[in-house]
Amino acid sequence: MMISLKGIHKTYKGAQPLHVLKGIDLNIEEGEFVAIMGASGSGKSTLLNILGILDDYDEGEYTLNGTLIKDLSETKAAEYRNRMIGFVFQSFNLIPYKDAMENVALPLFYQGVSRRKRNELALEYLDKVGLKDWAHHLPSEMSGGQKQRVAIARALITHPQIILADEPTGALDSKTTVEVMELLKDLNKQGLTIVVVTHEQDVGEQTNRIIHIVDGQIV
Amino acid sequence: MFDYIIEIIGSLRRNRLRTLATGFAVASGLFLLIVLQGAGNGIIHTFEQNSEDFSFDAITIYPGSTSMPFEGMKEGRSIQLDEDDQKVSEKAFPNEVEHAVAQVSQSGASASVGENYLSSVTLEGVYPETQDLEAVKMLEGRFINKIDLAEQRKVIVISNKNRKDLFKHGEHALNQHVRVGSVSYMVVGVYKDDEMENNSTFYAPFTTIRTIYGKGKFVDELHLKSKNLTTEEANERFEENYRKAMAGKHSYDPADKSALWIWNNASQNADMNKASNILHTALWVLGLLTLLSGVTGVSNIMLISVKERTHEFGIRKAIGAKPHNIIGMVVMESIVITTIFGYIGMLLGIFFCEYMDATVGSQTMDMGVFQQKYFVDPTVDISTCITATIVIIIAGALAGFFPARKAAKVKPIEALRG
Repeated sequence: MMISLKGIHKTYKGAQPLHVLKGIDLNIEEGEFVAIMGASGSGKSTLLNILGILDDYDEGEYTLNGTLIKDLSETKAAEYRNRMIGFVFQSFNLIPYKDAMENVALPLFYQGVSRRKRNELALEYLDKVGLKDWAHHLPSEMSGGQKQRVAIARALITHPQIILADEPTGALDSKTTVEVMELLKDLNKQGLTIVVVTHEQDVGEQTNRIIHIVDGQIV
Repeated sequence: MFDYIIEIIGSLRRNRLRTLATGFAVASGLFLLIVLQGAGNGIIHTFEQNSEDFSFDAITIYPGSTSMPFEGMKEGRSIQLDEDDQKVSEKAFPNEVEHAVAQVSQSGASASVGENYLSSVTLEGVYPETQDLEAVKMLEGRFINKIDLAEQRKVIVISNKNRKDLFKHGEHALNQHVRVGSVSYMVVGVYKDDEMENNSTFYAPFTTIRTIYGKGKFVDELHLKSKNLTTEEANERFEENYRKAMAGKHSYDPADKSALWIWNNASQNADMNKASNILHTALWVLGLLTLLSGVTGVSNIMLISVKERTHEFGIRKAIGAKPHNIIGMVVMESIVITTIFGYIGMLLGIFFCEYMDATVGSQTMDMGVFQQKYFVDPTVDISTCITATIVIIIAGALAGFFPARKAAKVKPIEALRG
């Protein structure tokens, strides 16, 4: 079992507390390609943040590849994110003053890998996503599809257990959407576990399993 | 570490204007601190150099004239000191006066050696103790001694300036004869001219001048070597008591300050020391304030920088940056900026001080009757420079630390939303 969620509750505190997740139970096996779908405000992004250890939860238990993820310190959470999870965001989230190679290599910087080694690896992964020739271009010089492929290469470079993609095609046109989805499917075929959050039906249909969330609960 | 520096240089280069603005604040802060210190030191060194020409325990008494009526006598009466006052000064103040010597002067005489002459010289009839009291520095030969006085020898001590005027081959002045008025004197010593006075003073034995010019028992000045007068109050009390003691003998009102003129080097020096200290403190306060403004500049910029880069830190945290990585990066950025620009500011400051030293530092001010250097060695110790630089680097680290800690606390999802 890659991901196991048991009775996850999450409430955003504030003047009017918002109970976003109301007891989520979910199991995802290794090698699955899963889509989480739901309307905006349904809690799907919160669920992804919890899966990605970007946010904590109030109740329940989350186990990632046998490791209990609960009440982690900032430092521990950062380490787990670095080693176990690869992120792909809607808005790419590349660092604008670093070129493609440096962006891809950055997660290895936080593992203490030497500059030469991580640049070598970064070029290798850029080659895998078909962007070797763009290694020394800044994100501002690339198209949306290219940026997303750089982001995917960055997500892959640490050999994560899962890839979490938050609306990976949300900012792309239909042609590049197809390219990016083909790339994700390809990675899944190589054995990688992928979780995609999306509200686009045709993106969801390309995965193996669709999980619908309505009002903080899986239906 | 090296990797970190490359990361930092990358981010500093991206924000060139911001980096330069911060750097300018730091560099100008240090530059001003060092230049202010240098200029202040120039003034303080001038004080010190000028005071080397003084003996601080010397008190000189000049006769004046009364400004108050006393026992039926009208004001405006001249007071004349005589040889007895010398003994009275010693006997009446055994705890305050080490010894007292009299001096007689004869001015307006002309001096000549062959065809060279000086039209107006002053002959000072002195005791051996005068050398110490007037801080006369000998260049060659000797000062007037006891035997000169006892035998009323016709010997003189001249200045190096007058030696040049009177002797074509200046170095052969010793044991040569100089004619002053109608009497011939042998040169026994040459003293260093302090360049404070343009007129020419020749020192001769007290007894010789008294006899040649028929001074009788009257003297022109009394020189006292004081002791135990360490505080300003003690000096003031002594001056008051001295006026009182002399008032009976010379019949003037003890409160009459113009009857005797008392020139006390000790109190002049105390004033000068006080001024030096105030200047010194003021310069440090100013300097630290300029440094502080530099530091404020750095912390302001770091605060803005951190705010602007919240999103970037969010990305970094999402892909595995630990809080200490973020803090370390911002603090190091701050340190790199302050170190590089602090060093530039320090170098510029030192160069400017050296420039001042080379230009105004060597100039003398011609005041007509005397010349004076008014800016001596306006430079700063290298240790002061380095301390100031280290202080600003530490301050820069602190200035980076607080914004960085704030940045590291932001949750990655919040940062990514921005």
